[in-house]
Amino acid sequence: MLREITLGQYYPVDSLLHRLDPRTKLFGTLVYIVTLFFADHVLAYAAAGVFLVLAIRLSHVPVKFMVRGLKAIVFLLLISVSFNLFLTPGTPIFQIGFLKMTWEGLVIAVSMAVRLVLLVLGSTLLTLTTTPNQLTDGLERSLGFLRKIKVPVHEVAMMMSIALRFIPILIEETDKIMKAQMARGADFESGGLIKKAKAMVPLLVPLFISAFRRATDLAMAMEARCYRGGEGRTKMKPLRYERRDRLTYLFYLAYLVFSLFVKIAL
Amino acid sequence: MAIELKNVNHIYGQGTIFEQYALKNVDLTIDDGEFIGLIGHTGSGKSTLIQHLNGLLKATEGDILYNGESIYREGYSLRDLRSHVGLVFQYPEHQLFEVDVFTDVCFGPKNLNLPDEEIKKRAAEALSMVGLDESFYKQSPFELSGGQKRRVAIAGVLAMKPEVLVLDEPTAGLDPRGRDEILGLVSDLHEKQGLTVVLVSHSMEDVARYVSRLVVMNHGEKVFDGTPREVFRHYRELEKIGLAAPQITYAVHALRERGIAVDEDIMTVEEARDALLALWKEKTC
Repeated sequence: MLREITLGQYYPVDSLLHRLDPRTKLFGTLVYIVTLFFADHVLAYAAAGVFLVLAIRLSHVPVKFMVRGLKAIVFLLLISVSFNLFLTPGTPIFQIGFLKMTWEGLVIAVSMAVRLVLLVLGSTLLTLTTTPNQLTDGLERSLGFLRKIKVPVHEVAMMMSIALRFIPILIEETDKIMKAQMARGADFESGGLIKKAKAMVPLLVPLFISAFRRATDLAMAMEARCYRGGEGRTKMKPLRYERRDRLTYLFYLAYLVFSLFVKIAL
Repeated sequence: MAIELKNVNHIYGQGTIFEQYALKNVDLTIDDGEFIGLIGHTGSGKSTLIQHLNGLLKATEGDILYNGESIYREGYSLRDLRSHVGLVFQYPEHQLFEVDVFTDVCFGPKNLNLPDEEIKKRAAEALSMVGLDESFYKQSPFELSGGQKRRVAIAGVLAMKPEVLVLDEPTAGLDPRGRDEILGLVSDLHEKQGLTVVLVSHSMEDVARYVSRLVVMNHGEKVFDGTPREVFRHYRELEKIGLAAPQITYAVHALRERGIAVDEDIMTVEEARDALLALWKEKTC
């Protein structure tokens, strides 16, 4: 049941997107997110959509798998859409009691929903095609310049990669604990909010204990192998840009120019 | 006839690249009062199989009957089923959460909505069944030894008064003494409480002495099903799937190859000793 959360899960197939340098993909995601945030024209959304569809097609990850990641935000989506629909002042479409749906609200709600869905799909695609290790490697290299102003880039990247690595483990663990408690008659589904929250205790206590135990074990294992931060640490597989990365950057440029053009001219 | 599996298939992650056949056409009948050892290599599907027995996993195909009634029938209460078929998972750490041992064991019966006295009575009974006396009641379950934790976990399931007890590798990670204690305890539960027991293990040596029937799994399929003696006759095939018959089986077969006529169905060191002594006496007389 919990296997359905795809965020932070790598999908191991071979594709152009998988082979790209993580920095290229990170930068692409950044460009994509930024353009999404200042998009205010149908064409800009369409461009982002085309960008995404193209990336998905190139990734060889089945769409079905990606859409599952959306389930996690259904609730958020519903709330933001309905608030925008009914609470935006403007020309009314219809009115039930004190609930008034407006044209302005409809426009905001739809663009909001599209934006959220595109955003989540785009960032899910990044983690589906990039292993956590590559991802943090890329981040560390891209943000390396921050070290000059004493930002502990390596340490943050390491923490991130550990956190990402632990997500599937903890999900699996949660699944096991849930089953163990369900075998003892625990009920995680029925009842009101308070009953549901109480039902979480038998799940959370073992989960926390195991997370702490894992953390201690990991710290011990790292120290046993002489890990002491990023100072003077070398890579087994240093990142290097290939031809495909340069071509991808060109594509980004074209996309960015188009989005800027839409933003300024239309 | 307690539990009947009919042509059960289970596929993990259907429709994705992670798709994996965990169970293939498994037919299995577990009768009342049996003591079954379920053996298989890591990833053979044994853990998946037992999670079907109390409805934690739903078969992709096939049917499971409990006392003649399909558990997939609409309106069938899986929660009731879980109180009849008690499942103890491999790691007690996955289920212990309360402040003390006694309250933790109460969790199961509490979920059955029983009256307070009954809950306490059952918890006390279950704890005495696993051999933990009152001095343990107020201890934190997290401060116990591995073997004791496992006892508490078993008690936590026993307190629901199941008719069938399924244990997933109850001896994993225990030292030899703890292992013998837990296996002895399980065997006692089978004999004295009349529980139907399914014991999952990857070690033949462990279960051979106790169980009356062995089911061997490989790659999601049931490959052997019979008394330990019957199954161990296939010791060469067992080796091929990464399992080994008890060491004494090899010793007996080696003896037979050299013309010493010991019974090939000998399963324990004691039996082998007696047989050899008998032979020796015959010779010397």
